[in-house]
Amino acid sequence: MLEFDDIQHIVLTRAPALDGRYEFLTFGNPVGGRAWLAAILDKVPSAKAMRESVEKEKRWGAVAFTWNGLRALGVDEAALATLPQEFRQGMVARAEMLGDTGANDPSHWVDKTASPDLHAIAILFARDATERGRVTIEHRKLVAECEGVQVLSALDLEATSPFDYAHDHFGYRDRLSQPVIEGSGDEPTPGSGAPLKAGEFILGYPDESGPGPALPQPEVLSRNGSFMAYRRLEEHVGKFRDFLRENGKTREEQELIAAKLIGRWRSGAPLVLAPDKDDPELGADLQRNNNFNYKNEDPQGYAVPLGSHIRRMNPRDTAANMNTRRMIRRGATYGPNLPEGTPDDGQERGIGVFLICASLIRQFEFAQNVWVNDRNFHELGNERDPVIGAQDGTLEFKIPKRPIRRTIKGLPAFTTLRGGAYFFLPGLEALRWLAAGGKAS
Amino acid sequence: MSGTSDQKDWTKPAAMAIPKGGFFPDKVEQGRYGPIFPRTPANYGFSIVAKVIPGREPAIYEFGHTIEKAIAAQPDALAPLKLHYLRWLLFPIKGETYFMYQGIFDTDFDKYTEDALAIFRSTGATTVFVNLEGFPEDWKTNLPAFAKFMREHQCPSFLEYGEYPYVSSDEIKKALRIKAALSAMLDQMQ
Repeated sequence: MLEFDDIQHIVLTRAPALDGRYEFLTFGNPVGGRAWLAAILDKVPSAKAMRESVEKEKRWGAVAFTWNGLRALGVDEAALATLPQEFRQGMVARAEMLGDTGANDPSHWVDKTASPDLHAIAILFARDATERGRVTIEHRKLVAECEGVQVLSALDLEATSPFDYAHDHFGYRDRLSQPVIEGSGDEPTPGSGAPLKAGEFILGYPDESGPGPALPQPEVLSRNGSFMAYRRLEEHVGKFRDFLRENGKTREEQELIAAKLIGRWRSGAPLVLAPDKDDPELGADLQRNNNFNYKNEDPQGYAVPLGSHIRRMNPRDTAANMNTRRMIRRGATYGPNLPEGTPDDGQERGIGVFLICASLIRQFEFAQNVWVNDRNFHELGNERDPVIGAQDGTLEFKIPKRPIRRTIKGLPAFTTLRGGAYFFLPGLEALRWLAAGGKAS
Repeated sequence: MSGTSDQKDWTKPAAMAIPKGGFFPDKVEQGRYGPIFPRTPANYGFSIVAKVIPGREPAIYEFGHTIEKAIAAQPDALAPLKLHYLRWLLFPIKGETYFMYQGIFDTDFDKYTEDALAIFRSTGATTVFVNLEGFPEDWKTNLPAFAKFMREHQCPSFLEYGEYPYVSSDEIKKALRIKAALSAMLDQMQ
């Protein structure tokens, strides 16, 4: 049975938020850090509390810590040593393996998340910008009262227009394929597979392989916690639109190229089910828009190219042990909308996304290292993920087509990593334990 | 980020000498569990060598029959490992028995290790490694410890050779399928 009253809401629920803010914090000393945590505790709802109050609530907080942050709060060395190696090392140390090189290298990150002084993230999802403004001022006051606590950087998030469905700055409908946790009460949409064991995402429960790995110690710290990779990914909207114009003569051709890169039309309609023409009604229909597979329905990639984004991020029935590689995605867009037909204004815009899982090395790092950046995924030879892969202009993208496939050479980078970190997202009892200096509350 | 080599000439047999330790110091690629052993003309591979727990030889020979039956019943059981060949053998050193497990495959060492563990777990079968000294008792739930054992007992080659270098087993199977289809077509044209 899932402990809904102890698991942070962000793991199990999606807040009805149009705005948000991430604040990246450092603790000058354990006392100040614990004072901050103690004060913010009642702003961090459990999944249970969130579900019960969602109608009247306007803001939802979540907090998570880096390994350095747990140490800065006073967690002892013996406990710190039981956390997984990749989390102890952090995202910066793992950059080469993750493909965070070249323009994506941590030395270019803009939000100080590459700094060893990064200790915590405070995540705010707010119903609207007014509420975000109010909470931001409230939090500023709290930080000022806690000795040694400083905000290293902050990022404001806002949905981008049109607001009637979730999508990124490139215009792709988002949030179509999410794993569902067994016992969470959620029903998977058709095609999304059976609910997965909670231990794939939350520590202390059986996972898809069995009883689950040994927990980091002490158990009060790890139980009901999750690991979380944060990625701040700038989207180069002007460059993306130029690319579509250069590679498609008509509006229809351009839309098809956009669809081929991802594997879905920007409406969300999957190419497996709508190979030739967009079908916005299908794209918006959760009962139909994720209901497809590849092995029999599109083995050669004539609909969804073998190297396209959704085929890499979720190979469905064409990958082994798929259920041990899934992640829960949360996050939002940031930066101003760039209206169609407007030249790029040079402002940074993109997505600030969290990948939540029980094992960074088995889930997040595998996806990044093998699915996103393996040049030889599906024997493709010279490709990486066309949207989030480590692109340096030397790789290609092949679109299978009868009688002759189309090869786009010299694919540009449509995204750049601007920040990132590995966090541990503790359960509420663990937060109280941390706030009390590692003592039972 | 395995598979970084571009198309190479399969018609030209090639040999590659490998420095002591198994890596080329100027181009060590990092994998998730540590540095990745380089791809050679004989593709990716490993040679795991470990001492057998005294008295366990019969269990190891029995394992041979178990795997033979398992593959006969489910020929694609090992498909995720992208294998060419596997070899298991025992040999003596000063009266003690040692075990060697050699594989040639097309994915990197870390992915192989993870996929292999998943196969052991999903079939409910145990692994022959439980008969080896130093193998972690909690291997079923402790992936990092399993990966560490594999890495610590890997003996890297100092030389590898490929008669048709860098060709993957998928490519070989594809070529054989085309040959079979062509031959069937020619037969039908008689």
